[in-house]
Amino acid sequence: MSKNVKFIQGNEVCVEAALYAGLDFFAGYPITPSTEIAEHMSLRLPQTGGKFLQMEDEIASICAIVGASLTGHKVMTATSGPGFSLMQEGLGYAIMTEIPCVIVNVQRGGPSTGLPTGPSQGDVYQARWGVHGDHAIIALTASNHQDIFSITVDAFNMAETYRTPVILLFDEVVGHMRERLVVPEPEEIPLVERLRTSVKAGVDYHPYLPREDGRLPMSDFGGVHRYNVTGLFHDMWGFPSNNSGVTHGLLRHLVDKIKNNVEVITRFKEYYLEDAECILISYGSSARSALHVMENRRSRGDRIGLLELQSLWPFPYELVRKKCANAKHIVVVEMNMGQVIRAVKRAVDHPDRVVLANRIDGFFINPTDIKNILRLIQGKGV
Amino acid sequence: MGKVKLKEHIINREWCKGCGICVHFCPKNVLELDETDKGVAVRPEDCICCKLCELRCPDLAIEVLTETETSALVKSEEAAEV
Amino acid sequence: MAVKDYIRQRFFPHIWCPGCGHGIVLNALLRAIDQLGMSKNEIVMVSGIGCSSRISGYVDFHTLHTLHGRALAFATGVKMSMPELNVIVPMGDGDALAIGGNHFIHAARRNIAMTAIIMNNRIYGMTGGQYSPLSGYGTRATTAPYLNIDHDFDIAEMAMAAGASFVARTTTYHVRQMADILKEAILHEGFSVVEILSQCPTYFGRKNKMGSAADMMEMFKKNTTPIGSEAKKENPDLIERGIFVQKDVPEYCSEYDKLIENAMKGQ
Repeated sequence: MSKNVKFIQGNEVCVEAALYAGLDFFAGYPITPSTEIAEHMSLRLPQTGGKFLQMEDEIASICAIVGASLTGHKVMTATSGPGFSLMQEGLGYAIMTEIPCVIVNVQRGGPSTGLPTGPSQGDVYQARWGVHGDHAIIALTASNHQDIFSITVDAFNMAETYRTPVILLFDEVVGHMRERLVVPEPEEIPLVERLRTSVKAGVDYHPYLPREDGRLPMSDFGGVHRYNVTGLFHDMWGFPSNNSGVTHGLLRHLVDKIKNNVEVITRFKEYYLEDAECILISYGSSARSALHVMENRRSRGDRIGLLELQSLWPFPYELVRKKCANAKHIVVVEMNMGQVIRAVKRAVDHPDRVVLANRIDGFFINPTDIKNILRLIQGKGV
Repeated sequence: MGKVKLKEHIINREWCKGCGICVHFCPKNVLELDETDKGVAVRPEDCICCKLCELRCPDLAIEVLTETETSALVKSEEAAEV
Repeated sequence: MAVKDYIRQRFFPHIWCPGCGHGIVLNALLRAIDQLGMSKNEIVMVSGIGCSSRISGYVDFHTLHTLHGRALAFATGVKMSMPELNVIVPMGDGDALAIGGNHFIHAARRNIAMTAIIMNNRIYGMTGGQYSPLSGYGTRATTAPYLNIDHDFDIAEMAMAAGASFVARTTTYHVRQMADILKEAILHEGFSVVEILSQCPTYFGRKNKMGSAADMMEMFKKNTTPIGSEAKKENPDLIERGIFVQKDVPEYCSEYDKLIENAMKGQ
């Protein structure tokens, strides 16, 4: 059987992967550079019996998908910077109520309306801390279409596994770029389905009582268990509580279920790290330029390697520390004024060895930009 | 059809917040607030079972229990149908 | 079933103040649902934030207590993803028409089958008595110490203009009418809006010297009149109550089912 090969935009890849993962409800609002996700979704979802809804704004979009997730569906919304800002309240609600959903942010330049068509990776910390209050979050990213596909499927799997929203932090370049995608065969990538309770009708069901493995079996709205869902701190039945034990326990659970699974959640790719004296750390489209530089320098005999992060939150501190233990130079390549570099500096044993190669002018960071930084490090001048 | 007759006013004193809506709107002055501001049926014999107190109670604290007074004629008709 | 079979009795007495009209709305809503003979498993109640929104915690349905103003957006997701459910969305006037105003008009425009109940007490009660978009010109509130200069709007007219296919108004005084209207609204195949004038004796009443809860309900009796009554012609200031609109308009979920059918046929 011939492989299903496509030559499509990254945004379309995200749609195809979501459908592969079992998505059947999407609500969104047009915003550059994520709009093609909504457009392609409006075409593709009804063909599979799913529903696409164009809401009145991004606030309504995230609220609608949370509502649809509660009836047992896999759901997603997609947006960019300004829309992602509007979604923060709904995102916090999904975190607090532990409702599986996937939120795509195809990043553009900011703050504010910023650079609608210009690439940027400036939302790394908004993904982490845009929601008020203590919480944990999963944010994934990818640098090419094959990885966009698999990481999108991963996002749905993690949303179901941990009963949490998962953020896909793409950027304008990977979103709009066209390249080859080999669509995986059905069942080639394992899927995690909604874990539903086995508690029978008439028996007390606790929607917010985690099992020993930390997972919380759900009951669909419309089913035999009637329970409450609220953004207030709540007890194991879902009813509001300001009991100190309940409050402390819930907050710990919300953070620990992700924090304690960093190693399971972590996604990365590594190239020539074993003997690397200089390690590039990058993610998303920036990692394409970093990869190019790395390959180019390797071919000339430089001991250079690349660590491409595909999960930014929870940040894989231990992984980064270990991989960089023997590096003399660590260059973080990203399109912002230094976001992931903060986490890298916290992670490594010698933060003074970490430097930034960035670009913040609305143009894609190219290999020359990175090479210039490497020349500076080597004392060669630009 | 028989006539609706009062059996009892069930007033949940735990739920009653003493707002006085039932007292104010009772067309027959059946209800009053007692010294602890809880509704009580002081003149149940005057109750016409309109149930407006029950319907307007914001606390869901009043239930007007009624029974249908059936005549001998109605009873015999029912018996014939069975 | 008895009305009490529809509530979560362990949470009573409820949090609302003595004489709060919201309890009367809960009372009538339960009777309407009881008279319709609905099963508890087929009802989803979605609410936002505010005094009114606490209603969802007290009813034994599938209940979703969401964010301020966003109840209709969450409800749209619930209904669209499972159209066989009956979705009831109680909201306060600030919840539905200030922070949630945009969601309100767009839910009406889509004509998605759900019942929006607006418990209009003309004030933000939960935060302690600030003026709402329904307080009206010349009223007093904790944020309008020199009298309010904001004009209110007519919820029913706005709902109709936005495309709601069922629009009605009643008050907490008119309890039998309230239950009857709620029954019609729940049965309606489209977006139904029921505005219920509800008293807040604690804040709106006290700030505006309107007396007790019962006094405020007497005002609902005095200041309202059935739609199209003679009294309205003589006194245009009277507020009309009853069903303004009840019409058949293609419903959103049914329309979407047709869209899916076409998409699957490749049209």
